[in-house]
Amino acid sequence: MQIQLNGDPFVLDRAMTLTDLIEHLGLSGKRLAIELNLEIVPRSEHSQTFLAEGDRIEIVHAIGGG
Amino acid sequence: MTDLNQDAFTIAGVQYGSRLLVGTGKYKDMEETRAAIEASGAEIVTVAIRRSNIGQNPDEPNLLDVIPPDRYTILPNTAGCFTAEDAVRTCRLARELLDGRNLVKLEVLADQKTLFPNVIETIKAAEVLIKDGFDVMVYTSDDPIIARQLAEMGCVAVMPLAGLIGSGLGICNPYNLRIILEEATVPVLVDAGVGTASDAAIAMELGCAGVLMNTAIAHAKQPVLMAEAMKHAVLAGRGAFLAGRMERKLYASASSPLAGTFF
Repeated sequence: MQIQLNGDPFVLDRAMTLTDLIEHLGLSGKRLAIELNLEIVPRSEHSQTFLAEGDRIEIVHAIGGG
Repeated sequence: MTDLNQDAFTIAGVQYGSRLLVGTGKYKDMEETRAAIEASGAEIVTVAIRRSNIGQNPDEPNLLDVIPPDRYTILPNTAGCFTAEDAVRTCRLARELLDGRNLVKLEVLADQKTLFPNVIETIKAAEVLIKDGFDVMVYTSDDPIIARQLAEMGCVAVMPLAGLIGSGLGICNPYNLRIILEEATVPVLVDAGVGTASDAAIAMELGCAGVLMNTAIAHAKQPVLMAEAMKHAVLAGRGAFLAGRMERKLYASASSPLAGTFF
C-alpha cells in the first residue's frame, strides 16, 4: 500500500493505524500533529485511524520561527 | 507610581508581565535559543509549524523541550503562508500540536522579497479562525484602517510591522503607528523591523502594548546579551511612555538657575 507522507511517496508493508505509523517512523512520544487528507486527526483518534491506499498524511512539529 | 515590574497587560483574557515577545528562529542551536529566550524575560514565544523530518535524526532535540509549553505561552505562527487557506490549515495543526490552545499569530504574506502582509488574505483567514474559536494576534501592515478593521472583527491583538521582517530598519513610519495607537481598542504590538534596543524603546514610547522580535536578537553578535538589552529597552520605553516626555523646544532652557550668580 502506498501513501503520501509529508509530500513524498511512502510504502507500507502492512495495514497500519496512525499510531503504528508514528511508531514505525520512530516518532513515538514526540510532540506532533497529524493531518489526514487535509483533516486534523486528534491524538485520541490515532490508534483507531487506519491508513488507506493513496492517503495523504502530513506530520508536523514546532520549529524555530518568528 | 507604576512599578514597571508589575505592569501587566492582557491578551485574550490572560495577563502577561513581560511586554517583550520573542521568536525562536535563526539561532545557532537549541542552547542559544534557550539562553536568549531566558535572558529576554519573554513569556510569549513564537514558533513555526513545519513538516517533521521523516527518517532523519529522530533523537534531535525538540524545540518544545527547550521552550516548554508549561512555562511559556507558545504562539504558533503562520509564517510562510501566502494564502488564507494555508494559514487556517497551519493554525488548526498548531492547535492540535499544542493540546487545544487557541492563541495564534496570523501572518499571511504577499511575496518573498518584502514578506509584506497580504491584508486581503489576512482578513479572510482571520474571519475563519475567529469563527473557529481561535484567539488571533494578527501581523499586518501599518495601515490604520486595516488595523481598525482587524480589531473590529475580533482579533485579540493587532501587530503592525515597524519595518520589513528581518530588515532591522527600525520604526519606519511612527506617524502611522501613532494613528493606529490612538484608535486602538485591542493591544497593539509592533511586530517586525526592530533592529536594536532603541527601536524597541521607541515603539514602547509611542504607546505600543508590546514588541515582538526575532532577528534583532538572534542575529546580534551576542544574542543572549542583546536579549537582555531588549528586555531593558522595552521596560525603559514603557516607563518613558507612562512618565510622559517633556515638550520639545527649539531653544535652550538652562537647568541651573540664573539667580544667585556671583559674577
